[in-house]
Amino acid sequence: MSYWTTAMRIVAKDLLSEARTREMTNAMLFFALLVLVLFSFSFQPASDEERRLASGVLWIAFLFAGMGVLDRSFWRERVNDCLDALRLTPASASALFVGKCVANALFLLLAAVILVPLFLVFFDLSFRGDVRAWLLVLVLGTWGLVVNGTFFAAMTTNVRSRELLLPLLLLPISVPALVAVVEATAAALLGEGAMRVWIQVLIAFDVIYTTLALLLFETVVEGT
Amino acid sequence: MRTERALPRWWFGLVGLTAVALVLGVLHALWFAPTERTMGTVQRIFYYHVSSAWTAFVAFFINFLACVAYLKARHPKWDAVAVSAAEVGVVFGTVNLITGPIWAKPVWGIWWTWDARLTSTLVMWLLYVSYLLLRQFAAEQPSQRIWAAAFGIFAFVDVPIVYLSIRLWRTQHPGPVIAGGEQSGIDPRMFLALHVCFLAFLLLFVVLFSWRYRLERQRAELAELRARLHRLHLERSV
Repeated sequence: MSYWTTAMRIVAKDLLSEARTREMTNAMLFFALLVLVLFSFSFQPASDEERRLASGVLWIAFLFAGMGVLDRSFWRERVNDCLDALRLTPASASALFVGKCVANALFLLLAAVILVPLFLVFFDLSFRGDVRAWLLVLVLGTWGLVVNGTFFAAMTTNVRSRELLLPLLLLPISVPALVAVVEATAAALLGEGAMRVWIQVLIAFDVIYTTLALLLFETVVEGT
Repeated sequence: MRTERALPRWWFGLVGLTAVALVLGVLHALWFAPTERTMGTVQRIFYYHVSSAWTAFVAFFINFLACVAYLKARHPKWDAVAVSAAEVGVVFGTVNLITGPIWAKPVWGIWWTWDARLTSTLVMWLLYVSYLLLRQFAAEQPSQRIWAAAFGIFAFVDVPIVYLSIRLWRTQHPGPVIAGGEQSGIDPRMFLALHVCFLAFLLLFVVLFSWRYRLERQRAELAELRARLHRLHLERSV
């Protein structure tokens, strides 16, 4: 089986098991929705400066949803020692990693499909800028979050306070990606400011960390 | 494997040298260096502020090299180097982050600004605190050293990207600070004071680092002795 087929099998497996149990999606979406609702109680954007702030709210809600997804990603493999079984298959560790990343990215993009329209409704916003470029920002930002998050989730699966440790590791590493997505989203909402430069930052971030994670994943999971 | 019981002689010599350098640093920073014309006496904190930043950078760079070395060689000594450098580096980073606002408030009129250098230094400090937390949380895990080394590499790679992204961010929002730029020329006595302070801090770093490294190695030795004792007990009881 080729590398990609293996990775896609992992994706299919994760999607199928989530579709059957829905143990993570429901909670994740509801949690993100709650964050949006609570933030819309605290402020309603009236000026452009406040609309700029709103883009941060969207990404905070998205980040919370992401933590739930990533935390579950390897945790669910613990039942019946599924992770060991996966490691015993001839699939390479990096194919397993890529598969997990793609599955997590799909879960997060699903969250975005629901969160973004609600966000626009609650905060009375619309995209004045380039929506297609923003979709690229969304995909790149999701990947940046997911590639590091999946890597750290694999590392912290067996740690006692993994739910606490994962954000402690992921948030500081993701600072450049978060600055880029929040600024690009503000630019897309307001229809002013550069998005191009932030897309370049995101591409650089994604390329660097995807490379690093692929290089080190095998080493990191060998003992877990 | 067995580490020396008594601290080596050179180490005490180093402590003495560090003490002399620190006193010289105080004399230079507070006495010999001229008072800055516009900022006044508060500018003197600069000698400690910059020295601690440079020392923290050196420490984090050592951490990075040790992380790479550990993943290559898997020798616990590299892991001990990495954790010692990160821990002492965070201490110097903290000194840097505390002295900064003390200087900024009277000079800029604000404690903090999200300028590129400040923000990236803060994020760098956060990254290495995360590194230390990871070690603490995963302390009983068999692969904790590998994880820490991987995270150390991730963190070090992040620093330039953080700097770049924050610089782009700040050029988009002009900050409240106008006079943030460094003056191009600096009085030779100030230059000397800065370098004496930096040297003193580097020596202090070496003292703390070597002490911490020794502690880490002794802890590992103790753990191994305990495990051996445990095995002996088991064999006897059979």
